[in-house]
Amino acid sequence: MLDKIKEFASEFFVTGDPLILGAQVSIALSVVAIVFVLTFFKKWRWLWTEWLTSVDHKKIGIMYIIASILMLFRGGVDALLMRLQLAAPQLEFLEAEHYNQIFTTHGVIMILFMAMPLMFGLFNIVVPLMIGARDVAFPFLNSLSFWMFFFGAMLFNVSFIIGGSPDAGWLAYPPLSELSGSPGLGQDFYIWGIQISGIGSLATGINFIVTILKMRAPGMTLMKMPMFVWSVLSSCITIIFAFPILTVTLFLLFIDRYLGAHFFTLDGGGNPMMYINLIWMWGHPEVYIVILPAFGIFSEIVSAFSKKKLFGYKSMVFALMSISFFSFFTWAHHFFTMGSGANVNAFFALTTMLIAIPTGVKVFNWLFTMYRGRLSFPTPMMWTVAFIPCFVIGGMTGVLLSVAPADFQFHNSYFLIAHFHQVLIGGVVFGYFAGLYYWWPKMFGFKLHEGLGKWAFWFWNIGFYVCFMPQYALGLMGMTRRVNTYDFDMGWQPLNVVSTVGGFLMGIAFLFQIWQIAHSIKFFKKVDNGDNWDGRTLEWSIPSPAPLYNFARIPQVQSQDDWWETKQRRAAGEPEPAPAPLEPIHMPKNSGIPFIMSVCWFVLGFGLVWDWLWMAIPGFLGVVACLLARSFTYDTDYYIPVDEVERTEAALRGSK
Amino acid sequence: MRPFIRMLTPVLLLLMAVTLSGCGEQFIVLDPKGPIGESQKDLIYLSTILCAVIIVPVLILTAIIVWRYRDKKGSTAKYRPNWEHSTKLEIIWWGIPIVIIIALATVTVKYTHALEPSKPIASEKEAITIQVTSLDWKWLFKYPDENIATVNYVKIPEDVPVRFQLTSDTAMNSFWIPQLGGQLYSMSGMAMTLFLQADEQGSYFGSGANFNGKDFAQMTFTVDATTEQDYNAWVQEVKNSAPALTMEGFEKLTEPGTSDKQLFSSFPEGLFDKIVTQYVEEGSSGGHHHGAAESESDTGSATDAKNEAESDNADANQEHMNHEGH
Repeated sequence: MLDKIKEFASEFFVTGDPLILGAQVSIALSVVAIVFVLTFFKKWRWLWTEWLTSVDHKKIGIMYIIASILMLFRGGVDALLMRLQLAAPQLEFLEAEHYNQIFTTHGVIMILFMAMPLMFGLFNIVVPLMIGARDVAFPFLNSLSFWMFFFGAMLFNVSFIIGGSPDAGWLAYPPLSELSGSPGLGQDFYIWGIQISGIGSLATGINFIVTILKMRAPGMTLMKMPMFVWSVLSSCITIIFAFPILTVTLFLLFIDRYLGAHFFTLDGGGNPMMYINLIWMWGHPEVYIVILPAFGIFSEIVSAFSKKKLFGYKSMVFALMSISFFSFFTWAHHFFTMGSGANVNAFFALTTMLIAIPTGVKVFNWLFTMYRGRLSFPTPMMWTVAFIPCFVIGGMTGVLLSVAPADFQFHNSYFLIAHFHQVLIGGVVFGYFAGLYYWWPKMFGFKLHEGLGKWAFWFWNIGFYVCFMPQYALGLMGMTRRVNTYDFDMGWQPLNVVSTVGGFLMGIAFLFQIWQIAHSIKFFKKVDNGDNWDGRTLEWSIPSPAPLYNFARIPQVQSQDDWWETKQRRAAGEPEPAPAPLEPIHMPKNSGIPFIMSVCWFVLGFGLVWDWLWMAIPGFLGVVACLLARSFTYDTDYYIPVDEVERTEAALRGSK
Repeated sequence: MRPFIRMLTPVLLLLMAVTLSGCGEQFIVLDPKGPIGESQKDLIYLSTILCAVIIVPVLILTAIIVWRYRDKKGSTAKYRPNWEHSTKLEIIWWGIPIVIIIALATVTVKYTHALEPSKPIASEKEAITIQVTSLDWKWLFKYPDENIATVNYVKIPEDVPVRFQLTSDTAMNSFWIPQLGGQLYSMSGMAMTLFLQADEQGSYFGSGANFNGKDFAQMTFTVDATTEQDYNAWVQEVKNSAPALTMEGFEKLTEPGTSDKQLFSSFPEGLFDKIVTQYVEEGSSGGHHHGAAESESDTGSATDAKNEAESDNADANQEHMNHEGH
């Protein structure tokens, strides 16, 4: 019996690597610690009622952000391990197999489990507040989306200690990702982790489109929406067209692996090219999905800290929408070198270049928002200003890559790696950090320590250039991506060392950010009003953090930057109409079903990964039971009475 | 276009000076030794300049604006908080990128056709053929005209176009010799053609650029370009001294693992064709054929009858696939 358990455990857990053993031990210890703290302080009930079952968009947003910061840590550690391995030729720090797992998980985690949830977190917190709504259109679905994402991410992450990590690259090209190339369980964890969280992403896309189209405050026509809301809309439209492709593609790969079909295999009439086309039809729009909201964030911040209206509003909207549209016609530029023929390559080169035009226009509009403004530079604005040159250079190297015949020399090289890290870090990460710093007081009611934030900023920025500029050069030296080691005589070492140093500078920057958050919590200093940046949009017209119902009275919007205009009118002493009487506020009730249903999805996914039908079938039945339970729940909403609203408002606004 | 390029020559030289300073010859992509790599290098410089025309002013403008309009006591800079639109300015910054992109697009389309990898290189000399197969985790090169084979090593005569036919016996890889020219994928079930040529003698680095599993990083190889005489002498030497590659020997090569340089005096007949068509089921004539692969028919001047036969076979496959609505 003991032997059997031993044998099972050695298959179940990943064994044999001291690094992983260390991680397993530390994960086990953290779990014990968390359970202990929750039990000791009697916080289980609080956790369940206040967070796990919450359908409040603000809390869901915060949970998204916490999850994404954890994932940033994991993906960042992966990155640093890789940089260490590459710091010297022929280093034996990581074995080839381990290295392959690490770059695969690094890519998947950073895009799908770091950038996406950070983005959804900001959507959740900001969009309803900006459009004067009390929640998203489908609060229950919103909670379900979060938990689907969370358990999908966890399913992917456990592969690192249980069963084995995927190692076929972040997009898992077949035939390498088929059973013939990856017989282990890692690839199945990949499929189900992404699949489950992908359903959540799709639902979020739908949710926010409906929220934006149907829940805006009276008077806020489409062309009066803040630019961030426009960017969320364009991103969500891209999501609902792109994510179904991912779901179908991974499902076909699953059928290949699980039932022995031949969609993408070499034999039996399958064709791996089909997968590559499909995955990039999702994959390319995906990068625009994450960058578009960053553009929106920059637009808000640039305008707020220039004390000036956003320049070229209509032009900006048109640019966002056209980027979203064209993002679906560029996918083949990821494989110019797979023999598509001259006409196909030329077509996709041109569509790719076309996207540069609206993107460039946006840069000019940001610059001219600052032009003749009054610029101040707190941390959100610093990130924004750092973004512009970084993204412009990254965009330029993107245009270089789009020149198809030249791409034959760039493709698969470190030049490409440097390019997409520059646009994804310089664009997406800088953008979300800017947004996080900007809206942090709105989320929590206190500001983050500016001094530490500046340290973090400079370490991030200097680290970024030190890390990635040498990689452009390495690409031109012929260094290809995903190599786990290289020869002494290639002359790649010096620049690799520089790059590794840069990576660690960014690691230090991350520590500064954690310190900054911890420090700001310890020396908690409540912001003295809800409008600490002297903002322009509706979210700054309510207290920080926003009360459960957001707006005691739904605002009547008259113009773009409505809150700014209101303040101008107040300053000019114009009389304001008397506030309408308060009314009972209609709110959604919390529900445990999204959490439970997502746990069932996790069980289902885990069972399918291991091919344990005794586990998968109950998981599936659990999902169905949750769907039924929700369908027959009629008691889903309630009203907050007027006197409670009055009391809350008095307490929040009285502290002014 | 021409005066434009001439005007920017100083910029070009400066860029070259910067990128090539110090350890110049390590930037192998920018130090090509063949016509294809040369054209690609020109294109890289040209597109860089076209982009720089717009990027550099934008960077300068950013610095100026951020400095000039920063909030400080006694600032004399104008402040117009409600200035939000200017049709004239909008036309300028929609217009400039459009013009640049049109220029770049024109160049790109021209070069895309000129540098289509299966397009033969114009030369008085007849092209030699090398059949390339990526294995787990090594490269097998076969010289059908000479009937010799090598592993992780290529020798070619200078100034002679080389027609590489690429396929894979396993997961796809990408065949890249930066100093001769850009890469092309090697994919199972199809044969794609890449023409390259070395204009100078020398030893060039080659690698598998696309990840294909565990020891992918070990898939590097050396390309030696020599005089035609030396090349012919080498072929004779290999024929005389190296062992033959048998079918069993090939099976052994396909097993996962890395390999040093190896030489073979002969190889089983039709091996390449067998690798390409191995997934075609008995009784059907279908195989995957793809884009650039049709080049076999372009290069009708193929050197021996066997190749002609192969290309007929390939065309038949292509028709079959079209028939399937592929």
